[in-house]
Amino acid sequence: MKQLAILSGKGGTGKTTLTASLAVLARNTILADCDVDAPDLHMLLHPDVIRTQEFKGSKLAVVDKEKCDNCGFCIEKCRFDAITETIEVDPIACEGCGVCAAICPVDSITMTERVSGYAYISKTKYGFMAHALLSPGEANSGKLVAFVRQNAKLLSEKENGDLVIIDSPPGIGCPVIASVTGVDLGLVITEPTMSGIHDLQRALQLIKHFNVKPLVSINMYDINKVNTNKILEFCKENGIEVAGRIPFNPKVTEAMVKGQTIIEYAPESDVTKEIEKIWKSCKDYLGLGNAFLSRNDIYSIS
Amino acid sequence: MILAVASGKGGTGKTSVAVNMALSVGKVQLLDCDVEEPNAHLLLNPNMQNPEPVFVLVPHINEELCSHCGECAKFCQFNALFVSPDKTLVFSELCHSCGGCALSCPRSAIIEERRRIGALKFGSVGDLELVYGELNVGEPLSVPLIKAVKSKIQENTNVIIDAPVGTSCPVIETVRESDFCILVTEPTPFGLHDLKITVEVLRKMSIPFGVIVNRAGIGDNKVYQYCREEHIPIMMEIPYQRKIAELYSKGIPFSLELPEWKERFQALFNEAKRLVEK
Repeated sequence: MKQLAILSGKGGTGKTTLTASLAVLARNTILADCDVDAPDLHMLLHPDVIRTQEFKGSKLAVVDKEKCDNCGFCIEKCRFDAITETIEVDPIACEGCGVCAAICPVDSITMTERVSGYAYISKTKYGFMAHALLSPGEANSGKLVAFVRQNAKLLSEKENGDLVIIDSPPGIGCPVIASVTGVDLGLVITEPTMSGIHDLQRALQLIKHFNVKPLVSINMYDINKVNTNKILEFCKENGIEVAGRIPFNPKVTEAMVKGQTIIEYAPESDVTKEIEKIWKSCKDYLGLGNAFLSRNDIYSIS
Repeated sequence: MILAVASGKGGTGKTSVAVNMALSVGKVQLLDCDVEEPNAHLLLNPNMQNPEPVFVLVPHINEELCSHCGECAKFCQFNALFVSPDKTLVFSELCHSCGGCALSCPRSAIIEERRRIGALKFGSVGDLELVYGELNVGEPLSVPLIKAVKSKIQENTNVIIDAPVGTSCPVIETVRESDFCILVTEPTPFGLHDLKITVEVLRKMSIPFGVIVNRAGIGDNKVYQYCREEHIPIMMEIPYQRKIAELYSKGIPFSLELPEWKERFQALFNEAKRLVEK
């Protein structure tokens, strides 16, 4: 099983659009939406949920007011300012570390498990999908990402799949690290803006740090060709292949409004052609050759 | 007033709004709390001052005292410690600096030491004072650095905060204690979906908010419909204009080239103030 992660550093550069398009081109692949705090892939792929799992990612301190003698030792020891002067726990600030429960002289604090989101296993037209939704305001998105990837891996083993395609969240922190560790290829999608270039460089540093092979795509490359050339030059200097340059095309947003991928909505468009090129590069890098061609037909029958 | 600019979805124009507003309202502190991918400085080209390193506390094991009893690993909720019969390993990237391991160690074999996770950077452009954090690449936890950026908030100054993307811990830490939040969205299904999640978070935190629709004209009308139904004020619309997109791509705040926007951003800031005082 190979794993391909789509990431970007900067948000809104087209990760989900690209992931969904690759899913359509690949067919019979396993998809993992690892953007668990703002997942969007389901709006293009319309999964039918087969299974829902509770995610208990962290604990929460609960104070037994009967036992508490208001000594305030917990306030002093909590490093997250999660206990108020009236000895109430702020659930948003509490990280569930358990220090307050351990040091309370009258044992008035217990740690309880809290459901901080849900993980889903679903079926789409183009293969199975693992995804999740972190409850608003909850922490530990990295753990939930790990959960989604584990689900994707199990699905892949069960389905004898060749490839898992991962839609990563933006940024380079905890949930992104959880999305890209151990993948075979990191496809970084950027845009020719000053922020896009800056964030691309940090995203590339990140995957290098985790020994992931990089590949770059430039979205809306024609909105600033000077910057596009800067990206091309930077990649060339660093020995990184640019797999595709996707032009600006209002059809991409039209497709999104219709809840479709650009591949389905405008199969003959310049954007579709470029994404096909990117997909071919990904397959070559992953050594998947024609694995998907032969399977296409089988899948369309089933 | 502390005003945060946030959005669930990335790339909707948070930084652009925060920077243009900061350049329009006179004396102001601009805090870029997107420490994973800070961008505000790219649009401002500020005069930079000396950076400050930011540290967190992580456990250090004194192997001479350690009996490998495993109490610390049992205590740690973040899997940052692993105890084998002859060695205790610390995975400091996973550590949340709660101090519980040191408390739980029966032989006082754990002391806490500082570890550098990033830097605070300071710059200025005229009346505008910029503070931002830069997380070291490979560091997973951004919250301590966000707290460090926010510790530089000055009393009795107008503060604009550029929040990171998403709706989880970094965003919550950023908008906590803000007087008002501006949510930047775009009129597309992705924009609307992520806006709804962010609205839930802000309501849970009891922070008043309003919406800016960026790239107005693309997509559909559902964002407007949603805001109407939920009684959320739409405080500004920024049309999809090639000129604005081009200026952004070059790293130029558009209110500098299109001065009519300066007044609009001033009015926006005053409107937020009015809503806070109401």
